[in-house]
Amino acid sequence: MDKHMLLIITALIMGTAARVLLMKVDYRQYPTYPQSYLSHFTLGMIAAGLGAVAIPALVAKEYVAITFLTIAAQQFRDVRNMERQSLDNIEPTELVPRGTAYIEDIAKAFEARNYIATLTALATGLGIQLGMLIKIATSLSILVGILSGTLIFFGLKRLLRSHEIREIAEVKEANIDFEGPLLKINDVIIMNIGLKSAREVIKTQGMAVEIIPNDANGIAILSNIGQRQAILHNAATQLGIRKDVDEPDFTPIARRNPENGNVMMIIVTMAPDIPCLIEAVKKTPVLESSKRKPLDSTVGRKHY
Amino acid sequence: MDYGIKDSIIAIVTTNRSMAGSPNSPVFYAENREEGERTALLIAKCTRGMVHDLLGGTYIIVRH
Repeated sequence: MDKHMLLIITALIMGTAARVLLMKVDYRQYPTYPQSYLSHFTLGMIAAGLGAVAIPALVAKEYVAITFLTIAAQQFRDVRNMERQSLDNIEPTELVPRGTAYIEDIAKAFEARNYIATLTALATGLGIQLGMLIKIATSLSILVGILSGTLIFFGLKRLLRSHEIREIAEVKEANIDFEGPLLKINDVIIMNIGLKSAREVIKTQGMAVEIIPNDANGIAILSNIGQRQAILHNAATQLGIRKDVDEPDFTPIARRNPENGNVMMIIVTMAPDIPCLIEAVKKTPVLESSKRKPLDSTVGRKHY
Repeated sequence: MDYGIKDSIIAIVTTNRSMAGSPNSPVFYAENREEGERTALLIAKCTRGMVHDLLGGTYIIVRH
């Protein structure tokens, strides 16, 4: 087989494998399985293909071919838009919406994963080409390519690793109490529940936790409304929810204690289970769009 | 996206006969607190609103 063909095929397989490895079919069911899964698999393959042909094109002195990569960039931006639109469209059908910040994060992740596929394919191609340049056996060149592709893949995966709430805050069970119609969690007023029957359900079936940020960075992140909505959405997805559209009283809610930045969260599920709720909250990703690091600034360090 | 007036008071249910409504939020008078709460619940179910207790026998139904 032609050596360039071998390079392209290996790089294509490596890039596609990188995209597939980043697609998790877990509790979120996102990308939705099987249709969205297939379209992302195909898009990943295209991304890998664009990365795979770049090196042979350069070797053949077809420098114009590098403009292909700009098409790739445009293509991936479209992937981001597509994801954002699709999630925005289904948002009104969710009992507990994801929130725009979470949607933006998911869309960004999908775009970035296509770049990973391209870069993995590119690195594989580069490795194989280098092997050919120093005139080692073809099988050894392919091995070098696979190794460099794998290295780049794991490096990028590590770089894009998202942090979890457990790294920025502690989560503890909190006390639900009523003062007249006012619902209070650990003495912070959350909202006014007018109906006695609703108050009774919240008392018996409601679960509350207090999210205590570790430092000023954590306080800033948890003050973000999008981050709080993502926590609520994640908790509701995993634990279920006891409400329908005509029962706004049982909407999960996360309010901030203005004194210290702690977040009080309440959710009413069909069967209360505090340890599971704490686990779900702790495992929620810290959204890229709500990340703030006041402690990295001179003013922030002086202030806190 | 859903644009428009949000967090509006859909109705007021009260035992206080002197309370006046506005064209946007009608007032429903109730004989006692129990009847008031029941009326508020029924209105809330029709309008997908949420009942808030303003104490003194007054409830508001708000769409959030």
